[in-house]
Amino acid sequence: MQRHLLAAGLLTIATPALAETPVLTVLTYDSFTSEWGPGPAIEAAFEATCACDLRFVPAGDGAALLARVQLEGAASDADVVLGLDTSLTAAASATQLFAPHGKTASTNLPVDFADPNFLPFDWGWFAFVHDKTKLPEPPKSFEALAASDLKIVIQDPRSSTPGLGLLMWVKAAYGDRAPEIWQGLADNIVTVTPGWSEAYGLFLEGEADMVLSYTTSPAYHLIAESDDTKGAALFDEGHYMQIEVAGKLASSDQPDLADQFLDFMLTEAFQSVIPQTNWMYPAVTPASGLPEGFDAFRPAKSLLLAPAQAQAARDAALAEWQAALAR
Amino acid sequence: MLQLDRLTLTQGSFQMTADWSANPDARIAVMGPSGAGKSTLLAAIAGFLKPSSGRILWQGRDQADVPAGERPVTILFQDQNLFPHLTVAQNLGLGLRPDLRLTPADRARLDEALARVGLDGMGPRRPAQLSGGQASRAALARALLRARPILLLDEPFAALGPALRGEMLDLVRAVADETGALVLMVTHDPKDALALGGDTAFVAEGIVHAPVETRALFANPPKDVQDYLGRT
Amino acid sequence: MASRARPLNLIAPALAALLLALVLAPLAAVGWRGAGLSLGPADWAAVRFSITQALLSAVFSTALAIPVARALARRRFPGRTLLITLMGAPFLLPAVVAVLGLLAVFGRSGLLNQALIALGLPPISIYGLHGVVLAHVFLNLPLATRMILQGWLSIPSERIRLAQSLGFGPSETFRHLEGPMLREVLPGVVLVILVICLTSFAVVLTLGGGPSATTIELAIYQAVRFEFDLSRAAGLAGVQLAVGSLAALAAWLVTSPAGFGAGLGRELNLSAPEGWRRAGDIAALSAVALFLSLPLGAVLLRGLPGLSDLPAVVLPAAGRSVLVALASSSIATTAALTLALAAARRPQMLLGAAATLPLATSGLVLGTGLFLLIQPFATPMTLALPVTILVNVALSLPYLYRILLPEARAVHSDYGRLADSLAIQGWSRLRWLILPRLARPLGFGAGIAAALSMGDLGVIALFAGERQATLPLVVSQLTGAYRMEAAASAALILVTLSFALFWACDAGGRRAAA
Repeated sequence: MQRHLLAAGLLTIATPALAETPVLTVLTYDSFTSEWGPGPAIEAAFEATCACDLRFVPAGDGAALLARVQLEGAASDADVVLGLDTSLTAAASATQLFAPHGKTASTNLPVDFADPNFLPFDWGWFAFVHDKTKLPEPPKSFEALAASDLKIVIQDPRSSTPGLGLLMWVKAAYGDRAPEIWQGLADNIVTVTPGWSEAYGLFLEGEADMVLSYTTSPAYHLIAESDDTKGAALFDEGHYMQIEVAGKLASSDQPDLADQFLDFMLTEAFQSVIPQTNWMYPAVTPASGLPEGFDAFRPAKSLLLAPAQAQAARDAALAEWQAALAR
Repeated sequence: MLQLDRLTLTQGSFQMTADWSANPDARIAVMGPSGAGKSTLLAAIAGFLKPSSGRILWQGRDQADVPAGERPVTILFQDQNLFPHLTVAQNLGLGLRPDLRLTPADRARLDEALARVGLDGMGPRRPAQLSGGQASRAALARALLRARPILLLDEPFAALGPALRGEMLDLVRAVADETGALVLMVTHDPKDALALGGDTAFVAEGIVHAPVETRALFANPPKDVQDYLGRT
Repeated sequence: MASRARPLNLIAPALAALLLALVLAPLAAVGWRGAGLSLGPADWAAVRFSITQALLSAVFSTALAIPVARALARRRFPGRTLLITLMGAPFLLPAVVAVLGLLAVFGRSGLLNQALIALGLPPISIYGLHGVVLAHVFLNLPLATRMILQGWLSIPSERIRLAQSLGFGPSETFRHLEGPMLREVLPGVVLVILVICLTSFAVVLTLGGGPSATTIELAIYQAVRFEFDLSRAAGLAGVQLAVGSLAALAAWLVTSPAGFGAGLGRELNLSAPEGWRRAGDIAALSAVALFLSLPLGAVLLRGLPGLSDLPAVVLPAAGRSVLVALASSSIATTAALTLALAAARRPQMLLGAAATLPLATSGLVLGTGLFLLIQPFATPMTLALPVTILVNVALSLPYLYRILLPEARAVHSDYGRLADSLAIQGWSRLRWLILPRLARPLGFGAGIAAALSMGDLGVIALFAGERQATLPLVVSQLTGAYRMEAAASAALILVTLSFALFWACDAGGRRAAA
């Protein structure tokens, strides 16, 4: 430890110019910072304007992010947390670790979204993705899905955000009828995976007819792999939304820079990177429009529980889900 | 002088005592019925068993706190006297230097010892390539090299035929003469005891009797020795 | 023993205490942050399911490994060495990779079901408790086989010769030689597998088929990630640890040393009975070869297409992982050898517990606890690699210890007195007695430790900094970004590297022992 401090000290003395460059630390999920994620392009673009050093720190997946913030508490080195979603914002606000952003953002979200602590940067609709060549006529509702003998893979709401999203989806669409829907779906569910990637992997291996993912998933296959066989089933009851947000930590030692980053987040330079790196809808549609395939599967109706409502409904919904699926 | 001073050894419910001393150049055969505790006595002198009371002294020094390897003792067990994964030369070398960093002088001594026991040129062999007699010779060669003042033999030649055993005993005597060692040898055979020359310590009913001259003992054996020897 | 207290006698208990502290301090740190301990009915259901599936997995893996190990011990055939080496592979697979490999054979559209459908038979489903056990057997049967085979090889040729000269048939050989050997070896094998499966998480959830297949580790995950209920997480981790400890105690109580005594290390084969026993051995070997190679082949086939087009980060991440693996393995091997030698001199519960408990630790709680402990003093990110190495050492040491202990005992009982009488102590004893006698298990154990350290991911996630990604992390990042093909290739590289490390250590040990 002492040697580490010594090294840090020597470095400071040796490079006084570097020491003056302010560092903005952004805590985010792994795939955001990866080589093929939005991180590298956004880092370059922001550093070109801010005279600062932008550092993305990966903290596991989306669900791990909030746990990490709570673990670090006020001692955190991070200034901004990017990548929480609306099912977590109520819990995040309750920690009182976040500072109000004080901004009014104009976005292209299909629903009204305003939160004193968090600004959205992208969003998507959950949907069941399928192979159009094998399943040309996908079911049009949960009830139709439950009545069919189609096999689906879903994620566990206790370990994954899409899994939690599905739980909220059924709750928002069916309210008290949710247990009945889950009971109907029980024989369709091949298995429940811990995270999105396992479920999607199983689907691609042919283990299921459909997988819980996003309406934009087919666009990835279309654009990155020139494969237009994937589709997203549109449900009449509407599709639950995932809105990904960022917020400033109250303990930040660079509050101005953090504000500057949150402003930058809703500009063209940031937003235009999102669709083909994060494969989500950008919060502000770029001037160039959306890439091919992003309009292919647009639900007519969007569902979203208010953060506080989602938080309150979660435990009961989870218990219903467990009871219905425990065979 | 080796002194067993009111020594008591305990292993589970078995107990034995010894209270006598022996001169540094004594040749003592240790005899007695199976299970009488002959090996136990040797194990205690070699440092593998702590006395439950009394002392073992060598030249007046209590050995209680001396680890096995530092005692003035070389012991030959019934078997497992050689490490199977090392060559004969390495096995001998360990007797000189446990780290096997042998000097040219060490090596010369080692070769000499091999020659002395009739194992000329067998240094590079592994124990598995030796006959039983050869393995015993190798172990004796190591005893020769170590030249400790006490040589303990726990029936190392039990598996050998009578002729071979006779040769080994000659070798033991020669080694003992050369190193001037006190010899304690466990045996079942009165002939071996006689061949060793010197005294016999009889072990029976939990007592290691003080050594008496072997010829005299056999000429006029007490009751329990008679029973053991099977004479009427 | 009339021997002075040597430094070794103190080092081992100190090491054991350190190891226990490494397991318990993070748990305490996590528990301390929370308040009170409250486990609900769902948690207890998870505890029950964890134990059930772990018991079944351990019993099946071990029971099936016995005939395989025996066939390998008494038969000589072309490809035998290859098959033994292959036994190292499944154990080293990251859970997700292993699951996808298994699904290629047993899945809904896997080989087996295709064959069943072609024959007009109804397809079978791998999802459910039986699937979980199947996957655990796939992952652990090879490990069990290797550990049991080691036991067979440790029967001295003198004892085999005696048995042969007495005209022992297979059943007498079993009663007098193989039975006692198994009684010494099996409890340790069952214990290790039971405890590994107890903490299994991704395999159980993915193949379990639904929320009733919930393990303690998943409940911990939920408590930390979604509820930030650290006291519940610590409580669950404590229960997991307690179950592991009970298992360790049980294994310790039923283990009885075989006490074969020493041999001259001559090469001598067990008799290889003919007739139906020969057919049985062939069947066991073919079945296991097929069972292992088909999913492994699937992993290989999935990974090949993307190899030409891998992201640039894969290479430095691979280099980092190899360094971590080598460092972890050498430290773990040294530590395990120290503990095993001390335990061989004198059985001690402390050593046994310290060398077993890390297996039963929750990776997430360990990581979270270390994070809480380190954070007041340093930025955890800067310590990512040292922490990873430390955790890998703790998690791989139990395997090493189990592998080394029986042989360390044998060396002690066979040659301890001779070495003592020749004053061969310390370095010399290590150089001329321990290392040569233990070369085979040391190589095998070091290989296992190295390969395990390549694969670990659970703990590093919290500490991972911007430029310190290890290969497993890159694989998980790739799968998280639709790049399944690149992920399969990166996973193939991961598996190949793990296997290469394992093979190098294992073969090195065997060569040194020869």
